[in-house]
Amino acid sequence: MHLSAQTHYQAELDAGRFCIQHCPQCQHHVFTPRELCPHCGAGGLRWVRPSGLGTVYSTSTIARKADAGGSYNVALIDLHEGVRMMSRVEGLAPEDVRIGQRVQAHVAQKDGRGLVLFTPVQAQGGAA
Amino acid sequence: MSRIPQSLFDAAAVNRPLRGRVAIAGAATYGCGEAPGMDDMTLLVRAAQAAVQDAGLSMQDIDGLATCSVNASMWTMPVIEHLGINPTYVDGTMIGGSSFIAHLLPAMRALEAGQCKAVLVCYGSAQRSATFGRKESVAARRFLDPQPYEFPYEPVLPVTAYALAAARHMHEFGTTRAQLAEVAVAARAWAQMNPEAFMRDPLTIEDVLGARPIASPLTVRDCCLVTDGGGAIVLTRADRARDLARPPVYVLGNATAIWNRQISCMPDLTTTSAAQSGAQAFAMAGLKAADMDMAQVYDAFTINTILFLEDLGFCAKGEGGAFVAKGGIAPGGRLAVNTNGGGLSCVHPGMYGIFALIEAVRQLRGEAGARQLKQHRTAVVHGNGGTLSSQSTAILGTAETL
Repeated sequence: MHLSAQTHYQAELDAGRFCIQHCPQCQHHVFTPRELCPHCGAGGLRWVRPSGLGTVYSTSTIARKADAGGSYNVALIDLHEGVRMMSRVEGLAPEDVRIGQRVQAHVAQKDGRGLVLFTPVQAQGGAA
Repeated sequence: MSRIPQSLFDAAAVNRPLRGRVAIAGAATYGCGEAPGMDDMTLLVRAAQAAVQDAGLSMQDIDGLATCSVNASMWTMPVIEHLGINPTYVDGTMIGGSSFIAHLLPAMRALEAGQCKAVLVCYGSAQRSATFGRKESVAARRFLDPQPYEFPYEPVLPVTAYALAAARHMHEFGTTRAQLAEVAVAARAWAQMNPEAFMRDPLTIEDVLGARPIASPLTVRDCCLVTDGGGAIVLTRADRARDLARPPVYVLGNATAIWNRQISCMPDLTTTSAAQSGAQAFAMAGLKAADMDMAQVYDAFTINTILFLEDLGFCAKGEGGAFVAKGGIAPGGRLAVNTNGGGLSCVHPGMYGIFALIEAVRQLRGEAGARQLKQHRTAVVHGNGGTLSSQSTAILGTAETL
């Protein structure tokens, strides 16, 4: 049986593993998961484990009433591998998430399904 | 993260022969604002009837149809059935709110080829008043048109996508919150001169900034209206339009570009594919932004107007905030933009594209009443669809621009 790229991606997440695709022909990483490389058209994309390091490309605080869970963050994260994804930065107030902030991925579980979330990378000593 | 796509299509070479060969011969709106008791079809049909009448034609003269619906994927069929027409040209292309502008070029080819003689481009939505309204439609589309890599993060769409673009624009170019608010304030000032506009109360920058937060940096006053409304235009060959009831509004250029569906797959949140559709539409028309007497652009959110003014060439990338500041696009400003009040203050029944076209027609004909521009020979009309996903640009002009 051939799994769709989406099914495979989610199955890996459900098992706690964050995978993206890599094109063996043009060497680009690919996200969102696809059948064909959007850069060169090749099939046979391979699943790889990204470093999980990324940078906040943009961020928004979505207003939600406190009794519905309160406001929350939606962000676009540029991964170190050169692809972008939507996610949420946690571990700080949603309005404190900043464009350019360095973040690290982890796989959380929500309603029994794996979900990639990010937390800020603590600044190391010395200049970044 | 990806590079901005490039197109090698030479619109000047391929499409210049179609420049001005087709005209908008009729245009009408119906039920803009609140239309209790109406449904999508009723609003569409009444607008269509008025547009056909405006052109001096009868519904039996219509042998081409272009329409689409947010909810019904086979929408051309019930429209044909309801109108009792037998079209030899049918276009059901659905690319969101830009659809009705994107319907122009294929219709021009069909008219020029003799496939049909009169194309009705039409839309209606009772999303504000209908039992199955906007809320129900959004919920249903989560299943019918899933975005599995975005929905788990609960982005309230479409507004979150535009909020992310606005935040990035502010970060890269220093665009300010107040400059975004200028777009809404200018739209309201135009709306106050338009009896058809839904919101006509005074609006200040402070009002916009202090309004209910939706998705930062955007407040509810940065967001388009949720109204009912129908709109329609009739296209014929230019030689026929000259013999019809109304002054023809010529289609000088049109182009459409789509680079992505999801905001997370957009190559660069501060450059939309309007940069491509605009360049190709202007190339077809042999004109440039500086030649335009007005711009009617799809202002679903305040950031849209800034992005499209930049991408269409009215100012350099990053300078849109300064362009709209100090009343730059308000009445009396440097450029007349969204003279009906736009989607922000006039009308926004789910998809706005047809209404931008109709406002340009009214201005170019000189029938815009209190908001009529003194100089009204050329217009750029720009439609946006999805979440900055599809872009379609049209250049329109009066007889003197041929």
